[in-house]
Amino acid sequence: MADEVILLNFCPSVFGMRIRIALAEKGIEYEYREEDLKNKSPLLLKMNPVHKKIPVLIHNGKPVCESLIAVEYIDEVWKEKAPILPSDPYQRAQARFWADYVDKKVYAAARNVWATKGEEQEAAKKEFIEILKVLEGELGDKPYFGGETFGLTDISLIGYYCWFYAYETFGNFSIESECPKLIAWAKRCMEKESVSKSLADPHTVYDFVLGVKKRLGLE
Amino acid sequence: MEEVKVYGVWASPHSQKVIWALKLKGVKFDYIEEDLHNKSQKLLQYNPVYKKIPVLVHGEKPVAESVVILDYIEETWPENPLLPKDAYERAVARFWIQFGQEKSPTFHAFFRTAGEQQEKAVKEALEVLKILEEKGLGDKKFFGGNNIGLVDISFGWLAHWLEGMEEVVGIKLMEPSTLPRLHKWIKNFKEVPVIQENLPDPEKLLAYFKVLREKFVRDLPSNDQ
Repeated sequence: MADEVILLNFCPSVFGMRIRIALAEKGIEYEYREEDLKNKSPLLLKMNPVHKKIPVLIHNGKPVCESLIAVEYIDEVWKEKAPILPSDPYQRAQARFWADYVDKKVYAAARNVWATKGEEQEAAKKEFIEILKVLEGELGDKPYFGGETFGLTDISLIGYYCWFYAYETFGNFSIESECPKLIAWAKRCMEKESVSKSLADPHTVYDFVLGVKKRLGLE
Repeated sequence: MEEVKVYGVWASPHSQKVIWALKLKGVKFDYIEEDLHNKSQKLLQYNPVYKKIPVLVHGEKPVAESVVILDYIEETWPENPLLPKDAYERAVARFWIQFGQEKSPTFHAFFRTAGEQQEKAVKEALEVLKILEEKGLGDKKFFGGNNIGLVDISFGWLAHWLEGMEEVVGIKLMEPSTLPRLHKWIKNFKEVPVIQENLPDPEKLLAYFKVLREKFVRDLPSNDQ
């Protein structure tokens, strides 16, 4: 019996991109459904009643919510191909630690970059760059966060790359000038089809952020 | 056999989670009590990113962040499993652990604020507990089913730390009439021998909460007191 896999998503979501990348890495066929966040589908509300948020991975009718949990689930179920987590428990702990760091730090800091102005925005940019520099430090001279192979930490962070254009434009700064190694890493990831096909177009993201700013009166 | 060390503080439910998991698996370890006002060089070396407890050190390899540590313990010592075998059930368990993490600011606000801010936190906290009871626990004895698992361990703070916080703040969240299943879970959880034998002294904890609460109230902007 063939697996039925559905992804409920919203195109600019960095979290949705993580699941898309994992599915692509494993070569899993799935049905993609774009949600209108102002008019969430009954299926979304049924599959994620606690948070009512995307992304939701639905495997044979059963929902997996929270992007990193879904990525680990995909890795465990489709374990024959393209491992996302290493097999050694200590290396797995490192991968999870850094994916968790991305979750704790990047989203909020990045949001402050485009959602604020003046002094507040300057402070936000500084904090955001500091966080990226910590990540850059952890990457070091490795091709990927996990070493030779693309893995969980890379997947947790790469989606933000297509948002960099929006951050840089609204924040009037260059991320590459501050974190060249991280940008080199991002471009390396983008050479993978699973990544380039899963990330949103930076201009689509920019337009989306502009729309949010207008709606929230944050221009 | 490589040495296992745990860096923690007696009052923290996060260090206690790590201790419970190790003891449930019969893993021998050395415990090092940290002074958070004077953190040891070792702690700063083992957790340079956050400089926080708990940290587990296995051999000379440090693991930080309690959720990550619990997963590491589960995978390194698979005896007496604390997560389900089935991948889907595991994803569900991880969901509830993450839910608990996400909602901790609500409970922090409950303990650290007053007035309107606290009222808002109380309302949110009750909603969180209701969701946890209905959708997380349901009619099971433990979140893990018949035996305790990582989800129970992650919510262990509700079973022992919350009552001290409630007493100091003067507001009860965990009423048996409104949260009967969670209430029963607390009783069952504390009867598990490893848990029962590894809880901070309630009197000491209460005194600790009193001092903490006084400090938080003092530091509130005057119109919030």
